[in-house]
Amino acid sequence: MQQTQTAHLPAIAADSSAVMQAVLAMALGLFIVGVVGFSHISAVHNAAHDVRHANAFPCH
Amino acid sequence: MPVFRSIVFSAALAGLIVGAVISAAQFVGTVPLIQKSEVFERKVEASKPAATPAPAVASHDHAAAHSHAVEWEPEDGLQRNAFTVGANILTAIGFALLLTGVYAIRGRPVGWREGLAWGLGGFVVFTAAPGLGLPPELPGMPVADLTLRQTWWIGTAAATAIGLGLLAFRPQAWAALLGLGLIALPHLVGAPVAPESHSEVPAALSHSFIVAVTLTSLLFWALLGVSTSLAYARISRS
Repeated sequence: MQQTQTAHLPAIAADSSAVMQAVLAMALGLFIVGVVGFSHISAVHNAAHDVRHANAFPCH
Repeated sequence: MPVFRSIVFSAALAGLIVGAVISAAQFVGTVPLIQKSEVFERKVEASKPAATPAPAVASHDHAAAHSHAVEWEPEDGLQRNAFTVGANILTAIGFALLLTGVYAIRGRPVGWREGLAWGLGGFVVFTAAPGLGLPPELPGMPVADLTLRQTWWIGTAAATAIGLGLLAFRPQAWAALLGLGLIALPHLVGAPVAPESHSEVPAALSHSFIVAVTLTSLLFWALLGVSTSLAYARISRS
């Protein structure tokens, strides 16, 4: 048990600059999904209307 | 190649392909049901132009966006479908950035089977868990306040993601307990409840829609998991 635990650690702890870049990319991804799926701006809502319903994002 | 660029290129490539494929699936699966439901929605709107159906909904600015008169919306047909394809591609790129970011943090090659598993994790986090409390809705169905539902949806996705992460990556018993608790918590709190009101949308139609959304989302996440892992393996190596 102990061995499998320690074997995972180096894989998760990739170098910190790579992790920062990955986190930045993930934040960008969340931002994009947020605008398309959750923005209250009505033009954005109407443009993405069918996609919001099809992804079960909360809609009107 | 720097990690950020590899992630963005892989996510853009995978998102472009998956967004296009899933649009085709939606044009067969979900879009016809949405259009059928809008016939009922318009019927209700036409029958009571001044009186609003449910105060909880009508008081919200979102209801105004749906009066189909004041705000811009794409023309039915080609324009509307083009926006659907565009929004699908953007959504797919957004979620692909999340998946590919995870692969980069893993710091070792992620094969297509592991990518598929991550994709199915996305299905549980972003479709199954929020859908349990807030099932996919057709236009014209009674719903609770939009901001409340969005908050519950986002909270549920976040709690489920953290819960699954604890279950999968922490071997301790407390982590398993905490993980299960986090997954259950949003459903014990409960999703915002729609006001009691009669809907013109037939129950059979809304049931078909739930099945269609769940199946197209399953396809979306399976494809996205596999394609992001393949794309990232290629691009990060070069």
